[in-house]
Amino acid sequence: MSDQNAASEKDSVTGRTTTGHEWDGLKELNTPLPKWWFWTFVATCVWGAGYAIAYPSVPWLTTYFPGVLGYSQREAVTADVRALEAQRAGVMQKLKAVPLEEVRKDEALYAVAMTAGRIAFAENCRACHGAGGEGRPGYPALAGDAWIWGGKLADIQHSITYGIRSAHPEARVSQMPRFGADGLLKAEEIDQVTDYVMGFYKPDAPALPGAAKGATIYAENCAACHGDKGEGKREVGGPALRSGVHLYGDTRAAVRAQIANPRLGVMPAWNTRLDEATIRAVTLYVHGLGGGE
Amino acid sequence: MFIKHETIEKNAVLLMVLTTITVAIGGIVEVVPLFTIETTVEKVEGVRPYSPLELAGRDIYVREGCYTCHSQQIRALKDEVERYGHYSLAAESMYDRPFQWGSKRNGPDLARVGGKYSNDWHYAHLINPQSMVPESLMPRYAFLANREVNVAKVARAVRANKTVGTPYSEEQVANVAADLAAQADPNADPEALAKRYPKAVQVPGDGRRVTELDALVAYLQVLGTMVDFTNPANEKLQQ
Repeated sequence: MSDQNAASEKDSVTGRTTTGHEWDGLKELNTPLPKWWFWTFVATCVWGAGYAIAYPSVPWLTTYFPGVLGYSQREAVTADVRALEAQRAGVMQKLKAVPLEEVRKDEALYAVAMTAGRIAFAENCRACHGAGGEGRPGYPALAGDAWIWGGKLADIQHSITYGIRSAHPEARVSQMPRFGADGLLKAEEIDQVTDYVMGFYKPDAPALPGAAKGATIYAENCAACHGDKGEGKREVGGPALRSGVHLYGDTRAAVRAQIANPRLGVMPAWNTRLDEATIRAVTLYVHGLGGGE
Repeated sequence: MFIKHETIEKNAVLLMVLTTITVAIGGIVEVVPLFTIETTVEKVEGVRPYSPLELAGRDIYVREGCYTCHSQQIRALKDEVERYGHYSLAAESMYDRPFQWGSKRNGPDLARVGGKYSNDWHYAHLINPQSMVPESLMPRYAFLANREVNVAKVARAVRANKTVGTPYSEEQVANVAADLAAQADPNADPEALAKRYPKAVQVPGDGRRVTELDALVAYLQVLGTMVDFTNPANEKLQQ
């Protein structure tokens, strides 16, 4: 039973008064909040009110209260980024102005380029090309000597800036026909030319049965881009076949699949994400991975 | 005060009425700003409703709980802008119901992942993330390649979004099946799709059926690409 009318009385153990409430014989002490707690609470209320007045806070019906300090997080971050750009401006301008070949001679500038390049590479390039530029099946190694579009600084810069088969008009584009899927060659002919191409891959192994006929088919269909001897043609982006590095694998099945229905890799144009100085830094970094020409 | 505490506590009807009023005041303070939420969304050119395939991909993104490890919100902080690009705008998720901002980054932020990698990369990575990023913790989503997208369900989702205010046109609603098929078939003519959904990325499906993997890749490839930040019209985005 509750009896709210019980009189307030003094508790003999604590010396405090009770609230006068009683439930089934249980009485409640009227202990005040600790002082430190109470004043901290008051302080947070005051702080909160002050904050709400100083900074953007209460939504109105058509806008919001902007705060008396006029703070905007977006303006703040824009200013931060501008400050960062200004801080880097000198060295980044220099990186843009100095010809790529000359950067290496300026030790301090080269160190900056390698740092900027390493960071941008880790964020943007590594997912496909690997942390050390080791490549993945379908994604060319950058640390090796097998370049599809050229390994000189200018070549690398162009590839990064405009991408491979990206939507950019300057992108590097090579379009291998789908010899099987589009019926350009019969299944038998594809087998023969595969046998011939396997000879490039494993020159010491005995020639495969279809290789002799495959040579003619190769000369008619493949040599224009891949070269008469499978040496590749960089100006049209035809990868070297007589090479130890093969983008889509070097088993016979992989080679046949690539002739019948080629996979064509895509790299985005990076000029939409990275500024020119950063692209130049990445170019130098990639060039320095081990395969630069 | 006007009414004694004791009076309220001993009078159930009065207690109920006063409780209702008190809760209602709290509710109004929280709810009323939502009626005017469009005033907090900046006017930006380029943001469009999701294409049917992207919408299907978004539903898979939600279903698989991608948001538990990936945020979609580049905060207005210097280091985030440096790494991921322009900070996210409210307008960029105005057709997200619910938004996928997330609060945890076991993996990277995805707000601007669209166009960062090739379609092939996304397929390979979703099927087996470690084949592309050896140190990745992400689970494999290879099973998505075996699950077909339910076109009727996507059509219902488009209509449902239209009902709650996403501005799908009649033409868009009528062409759900066609647009869905066209976006997942690299050999399809992209013109009609591109007219209805600018910047939609065609993904290399197998041309016979549309899988959930196709849908998810199409969704990922449009993330953060709708607003053109080089456009001077979008210069002033400060709220």
